[in-house]
Amino acid sequence: MKKKSRTKNQSLFARIQSFLDSQDDRLTEEMERDEEPEPPHESKLPVWGQTVEGLASGEIRFFDKIYPFAAFLLALFIIAVLLVTASRLPRFGGDSNPALNEVTERYLEDGMEETGAVNLVTGIILDYRAFDTLGESHVLFTAAVAVLVLLFDAATEKQDLLENRDYDLAGDTVFREGVRFLLPVILLFGVYVVLNGHLSPGGGFSGGAILGAGLILHSLGYGFAATEKLVNRKSYGALTVCSLCFYSLSKAYSFFTGANHLPSIITSGVPGRIFSAGLILPLNICVGIVVACTMYGFFSLYKRGRI
Amino acid sequence: MNLFLWILLGFLVICALAATFHRNLLSTVIIFMGYSVVMSVIWVLLQSPDLAITEAAVGAGVTGVLFFVTLKKIRQVDDEYSEGKKHEEEKQD
Amino acid sequence: MASFLTNNVEVVAIVLFSIGFTSLLLHKNLVKKIIGLNIMDTAVDLFLASMGYVQGKTAPIVENGIVEASSYINPLPSGLVLTSIVVSVSVTALMLALTVRLYHRYHTLNVDEIYLLAREEVRRK
Repeated sequence: MKKKSRTKNQSLFARIQSFLDSQDDRLTEEMERDEEPEPPHESKLPVWGQTVEGLASGEIRFFDKIYPFAAFLLALFIIAVLLVTASRLPRFGGDSNPALNEVTERYLEDGMEETGAVNLVTGIILDYRAFDTLGESHVLFTAAVAVLVLLFDAATEKQDLLENRDYDLAGDTVFREGVRFLLPVILLFGVYVVLNGHLSPGGGFSGGAILGAGLILHSLGYGFAATEKLVNRKSYGALTVCSLCFYSLSKAYSFFTGANHLPSIITSGVPGRIFSAGLILPLNICVGIVVACTMYGFFSLYKRGRI
Repeated sequence: MNLFLWILLGFLVICALAATFHRNLLSTVIIFMGYSVVMSVIWVLLQSPDLAITEAAVGAGVTGVLFFVTLKKIRQVDDEYSEGKKHEEEKQD
Repeated sequence: MASFLTNNVEVVAIVLFSIGFTSLLLHKNLVKKIIGLNIMDTAVDLFLASMGYVQGKTAPIVENGIVEASSYINPLPSGLVLTSIVVSVSVTALMLALTVRLYHRYHTLNVDEIYLLAREEVRRK
């Protein structure tokens, strides 16, 4: 059953790919039929000035002349307006700025008690404003899907990875030994930042980015075949979708019970303890997984056209 | 701290100008990575350590790597294209 | 004029924004445009975070159980900028993916040439 769905996925991607390719092929064929293909770096501008097209391209020439001036004037205008605004801003770092209103006061004074987070920034983004963060995680997921659609390359599926060795750093001994030395430290630091997000600076976003950078380093040092044991297409989908679903469901539950004063089984947590900060620790882990997978997924898609 | 902040801010402006005016794309990307590192130090000075960690990992790490891979891919496409051109020319000869 | 010296971070953020905006408008190279957009992004982040900074106060991480609002900076801009930084990466990745596909098709990074080639294709159809 699982296998079947996977092949279905592949066929979907392959279909998108073949659609894009066929468009490419058709257009390039047409272009080649009409005129000799020219070298890539020389100007490939079509010959103009003879047919009706000449009128339109003349317009483009005129536009070309006027555009830099107009852009420069627009930029100057915006700079002037912004600088006038900056001169009337309240003093930088003053303690009576209008940004410090009662909302901030409430966050600072009751935040630790209500959310159980010592790091109030994490308390805000994962408790008071968790809905916002849910949207951000979905933005990441959507961006990864869009990049997948744009860059998925079915041809590399069959290709041997060794063929691409000259595009890889895996053969470099110095680099590989350096990675062996650095990678455990980076991954450990990433996990620490994710797990201690509510106690010290950091959280899901920072730790996830560090973990993603560590995965990228691993795939550069040891090749994609080694990293695939940890993050392949199957586990990528499972991890990301499970994290997003868990986030959505748990936050929906807590919103529902919180809004209607229903009894909730989620405690608000004791400040200062890792395993007792309510929902913040699991949500941090979820966000960290999504960010790390997305970062590595971007890199893998760019480098070889698949996850 | 004020002088240090001024130096860092000046460095930011210089980096942004250099990234804009430099002709080589690879150098532009490297300058942008340096810009991100300086930005993460400024976050520390502005008392936001969360932002410093994120900016250092994301701006200087992942974004730079993505730009590098893009540039490499573009060169790869160029190579394939010119090789194809060579084959065509040989056939024609 | 004196306020420019006291509001130095805001002024630098605006200068960076204008540099990024100008390079976004004036460069014809797609990669340079994306770098300009990234610079604009960080400039906006810098402006937001500088709004929350208060002289002489520490980061909003509770120490020794002191929960007075007068001893920490504003945590709200930090929370907003944190998500903005991560989202800017995904936007950059999407733009670069589009650039790669455009290059595959037209073998150029110049926006004007891409536009002319695309119009030529439409005309031939």
